Amino acid sequence: MYPDNFYSSTFTLLAEAEVGKHFYWNIAGFLVHGQVLLVIWFVAAVLFTLSILGTRDTNRIPHGWQNFMESAIDFITDIAKNQLGESFYKEWIPYIGTLFLFIFGCNWAGAIIPWKLIELPEGELAAPTNDINTTVALALMTSFAYFYAGLSKKGLGYFKRYVNPIPLLLPINILEDFTKPLSLSFRLFGNVLADELTITVLTGLVPLVIPLPIMLLGLFAGSVQALIFSTLAAAYIAEALE
Amino acid sequence: MDSIISAASVIAAGLSIGLAAIGPGIGQGNAAGQAVEGIARQPEAENKIRGTLLLSLAFMEALTIYGLVVALALLFANPFNS
Repeated sequence: MYPDNFYSSTFTLLAEAEVGKHFYWNIAGFLVHGQVLLVIWFVAAVLFTLSILGTRDTNRIPHGWQNFMESAIDFITDIAKNQLGESFYKEWIPYIGTLFLFIFGCNWAGAIIPWKLIELPEGELAAPTNDINTTVALALMTSFAYFYAGLSKKGLGYFKRYVNPIPLLLPINILEDFTKPLSLSFRLFGNVLADELTITVLTGLVPLVIPLPIMLLGLFAGSVQALIFSTLAAAYIAEALE
Repeated sequence: MDSIISAASVIAAGLSIGLAAIGPGIGQGNAAGQAVEGIARQPEAENKIRGTLLLSLAFMEALTIYGLVVALALLFANPFNS
């Protein structure tokens, strides 16, 4: 009755999104989504290689990969500095930067690399961020991060902000702690999945040329979503710190 | 599965995206219009305005995406699909 997948009969090689089908691994009694883990490891390996290339024989005058990585670090530092301000941004650069680079890598890995060439028994390789478990994990990490930031700076006085400016707002302030990770995770998950579904449906209708601009739009949206996720994470941490 | 449930789910999925697109559509139109006005008034600030505009457009788009997530849940992970 329901479509199991958006099946495009003519050009399934490059784009086909399967929703709700996973390549399950049974690890110590837990079912995990293997296709997500595989791509996550790939992205982590790429980032790791890039950082090794960037820090191998560093010079005063950067060249080659060092140049590239330094500009990436500058970009991340700008995100953190704009939100957190001069006095706090340094210790949060690693967290914000990891979020940005990882999400960016995941979105682009899903959009650029033709994963369809690799056959899996079930499910398919795609951007890891099109699985809601990945984005929820990232969003919950951000929740813990801002709680840690607030508690380590102000101690238990951090909880005073729940009755600010008036105690009447207490339920809304508590609710906000739940809506923040919810909206963060849904935003990223929905955007990435929406891109893939749009491309799949278009490829099913017109297999050639027409989906290309949408694919480019997907690349753009992927980078913007990475930027937004890290900016919002930085903004939440800054809110807890102030 | 019950055909009434599937029909209702498909209609609801369509409505959830369609209705969720109204508000952000108005908001994005407003934001883009204001940005164009700002650029016309002060062309040298174009880069900064464009960056802020794209960021805020993505925030508004997220609201439609929430509708999309609901639609996807109805179509592919229907809780009433016993």
